[in-house]
Amino acid sequence: MAGGTFEKYKSDGSLAGNALEWVDARFPATSLWKGHLSEYYCPKNFNFWYFFGSLALLVLVIQIVTGIFLVMHYKPDAALNANGVPIAFASVEYIMRDVPGGWLIRYMHSTGASAFFIVVYLHMFRGLLYGSYRKPRELTWLFGVGIFLVLMGEAFFGYLLPWGQMSYWGAQVIVNLFSAIPVIGSDLSLIIRGDFVVGDATLNRFFSFHVIAFPLVLIGLVAAHVLALHETGSNNPDGVEIKANKDENGIPRDGIPFHPYYTVKDIVGVVVFLMVFSAVMFWAPEGGGYFLETPNFYPADPLKTPPHIAPVWYFTPFYSILRAVTYPLFGLDAKFWGVVAMGASVVIFAFLPWLDRSPVKSIRYRGPIYKSLLTIFVIVFFVLGYLGTLSPSPMGELVSQICSVFYFGFFLGMPWWSRMDKFSPVPDRVTFK
Amino acid sequence: MKKFLIALLFAPIMAFASGSTAHIDKWPGSVSDKAALQNGAKLFVNYCLNCHGASYMRYKNLLDLGLTEQQVKENLMFTSDKIGELMRVAARSDEQKLWFGATPPDLTIITRARGEAGNAAAGADWLYTYLRSFYRDENRPTGWNNTVFENVGMPHILYGLQGQQVMNHETHKLELAVPGTMPPAEFDKSVSDLVGFMVWMGEPQQEFRRTLGWFVLAFLAVLFVAAYALKKEFWKDIH
Amino acid sequence: MSNQGKMDCGRRRLVVATAAVGGVGAVAALVPFVSSLLPSERAKAAGAPVEVDISKLESGQMMTVEWRGKPVWIINRTKEMMDTLPKLADLVADPKSDKDQQPAYAKNDTRSVKPEIMVVVGICTHLGCSPSQKFKAGTEEGMPDGWLGGFLCPCHGSTFDFAGRVYKSKPAPTNLEVPPHVYLADTRILIGEDKKGA
Repeated sequence: MAGGTFEKYKSDGSLAGNALEWVDARFPATSLWKGHLSEYYCPKNFNFWYFFGSLALLVLVIQIVTGIFLVMHYKPDAALNANGVPIAFASVEYIMRDVPGGWLIRYMHSTGASAFFIVVYLHMFRGLLYGSYRKPRELTWLFGVGIFLVLMGEAFFGYLLPWGQMSYWGAQVIVNLFSAIPVIGSDLSLIIRGDFVVGDATLNRFFSFHVIAFPLVLIGLVAAHVLALHETGSNNPDGVEIKANKDENGIPRDGIPFHPYYTVKDIVGVVVFLMVFSAVMFWAPEGGGYFLETPNFYPADPLKTPPHIAPVWYFTPFYSILRAVTYPLFGLDAKFWGVVAMGASVVIFAFLPWLDRSPVKSIRYRGPIYKSLLTIFVIVFFVLGYLGTLSPSPMGELVSQICSVFYFGFFLGMPWWSRMDKFSPVPDRVTFK
Repeated sequence: MKKFLIALLFAPIMAFASGSTAHIDKWPGSVSDKAALQNGAKLFVNYCLNCHGASYMRYKNLLDLGLTEQQVKENLMFTSDKIGELMRVAARSDEQKLWFGATPPDLTIITRARGEAGNAAAGADWLYTYLRSFYRDENRPTGWNNTVFENVGMPHILYGLQGQQVMNHETHKLELAVPGTMPPAEFDKSVSDLVGFMVWMGEPQQEFRRTLGWFVLAFLAVLFVAAYALKKEFWKDIH
Repeated sequence: MSNQGKMDCGRRRLVVATAAVGGVGAVAALVPFVSSLLPSERAKAAGAPVEVDISKLESGQMMTVEWRGKPVWIINRTKEMMDTLPKLADLVADPKSDKDQQPAYAKNDTRSVKPEIMVVVGICTHLGCSPSQKFKAGTEEGMPDGWLGGFLCPCHGSTFDFAGRVYKSKPAPTNLEVPPHVYLADTRILIGEDKKGA
């Protein structure tokens, strides 16, 4: 397993063999290969939910590669060009029209952004289904929550770059959230913007964060996430620890090497994913106006707010929670508590390993309480997400308040309700048909 | 249980109606109709390009409509003589701001900007309706108003073709008071062509994009067969 | 459950097949990325043919116009300048312009369409500097004795005559490039296109 020691490669006398021996004596090539792929043992009963981890990695690569090529043509400049259009906005249309193949690269990147969140949400939901965050994988989960946070920042910074109306006003609203923080708030949003409104300074620093700072952190966290996972080994749909049952060679009886078995399986997942991805990218790159919001086809106009501003779909559940808080508390206004609630609704995922007190990990052996609460949680998440795309309304506000209460109740009540459930016996070995 | 959760996750949540008050007609055209697009291009450079730019678009792109360089230069290029130039507006934007109170928006991607969440293609319908919904209103400085864009700053630029409509305040419907040079059906067709051109201009490679999609999907289907067979073969080992 | 040495023939064939199909896809996926590195429509528009009026270009004078971001020289050569060309046949590397550095219509003794009017890209064929004028025969500072006039590249010392032909034993490998050009009228040249634009 990972962390174990592997014998160094011994040459068979061929030229390639000698070269590999030379490298292996100086670099842990064999041990990386074996420890993380050919002798990294995974439970053999992974189902389709286990595709989304490798797919997230694939989307990360797509985003980085397409991003590198977009940066070659994009210009983060809010000044107006000779036609009276902001240069940043015009440079995106330049990529779409004048750069050979540019439209395809840009659509890959914009579709990739939404795909990233779809894949990551499904990956997180897998964790909820099978208790993947439970001991001993708490750190893997924490790194994962970190990835999610950084990804949200990355997406937020990136969304400003096209310098359309939605980019501009979305950034304006979100940056102003920070001004809700008592005492330091207004200075903080000034520091984030670098100007009194979102402007050229903001665009340039967001560009820097989007293409350098956050991707670096993201890659580091992804590496930590994978390393931590490979230290403990993967969970599985039964929530059974395969390391508890090893054969005479110390290999888990229910484990199979990641390579070749899960590489060939993940390739199938990748192809299916690419089919869905391509279908969206080639036939509906706007994602019905959700992946590319239509007001963003107007260049940013600091004097005119679009009639309806909504964040991109992947932020809307949290945005709804922000809007749901309308009561001042402890002498602090509702705006502040809205920001706190929104932040908490994301960060609360980090506490799951300690909130969940159920004796079993997997939903397969948990009772009706978890199954129904998790179902309601998913519905609530979708309802919040949907409401976040709409203009504020009294009805929407009430519904989002009810949903928000449930959302937090789900987590905060977990130490109690997770113990009360009716559990079925967990088998010693994984189930594999 | 599992199936239910999966169904939930993939359930379409995105279909919902927009809250528009005026009735919007569906744009009847298609971006694959080259003749209609050529006619639309002619209308566009004659009627729109005087005030609105299409400043992300190059005249050269018009060759994709099945026109020769000669045809484009003689019939569609009035402000420039280089085929590679952008379709800029002749007027300067700061001067226009003085005349109209606002700079007329660039029209290159207007059909995309006019789309809606849940219906990205709504921009074409809106434009098709908007351009046919001007009516006489003496209270407006331009003398024109519009049913789908109240108190619009733009005058009815196509009124010579359509004629003059007036609002019947009892039925709240528009009526043609003074006929134009085109019968209503012909005018609707012309507006449809014009809108078609603008839809096409919003993304000139859109037809190619859709076609390419079929090739990519077909290729991925082949790759899927190979990858699936490979997976099956290897997983024979696992019992 | 070791995978070593257990690879039977059918399995190997499947691996190769999948890798082959996947490889084709990977290469196809490179197309948009590589093509995005090519000159964009904007660059092409900026590199469009340039029309030049040479009616004011006096004999013995040279003008420089920009085409595709490069200097293009138009030299109205005097009789004396023209007379130097045949004398240099032994001193220049490619006297007959055999190397493909000019359109067919400029492959002649003067390397031009009209004998006296030279149109040439002012970029040294060595490493891309722009040579400077050394028009005066014999008396130019730093030029060898018996210099008949022409150009000197300041970077690595390549010398060229009034037809842009490079002297022997100089770093520049070939004569200066004659761009495609066409006379729209007697004194109007279109640089960058061979025939009058359609």
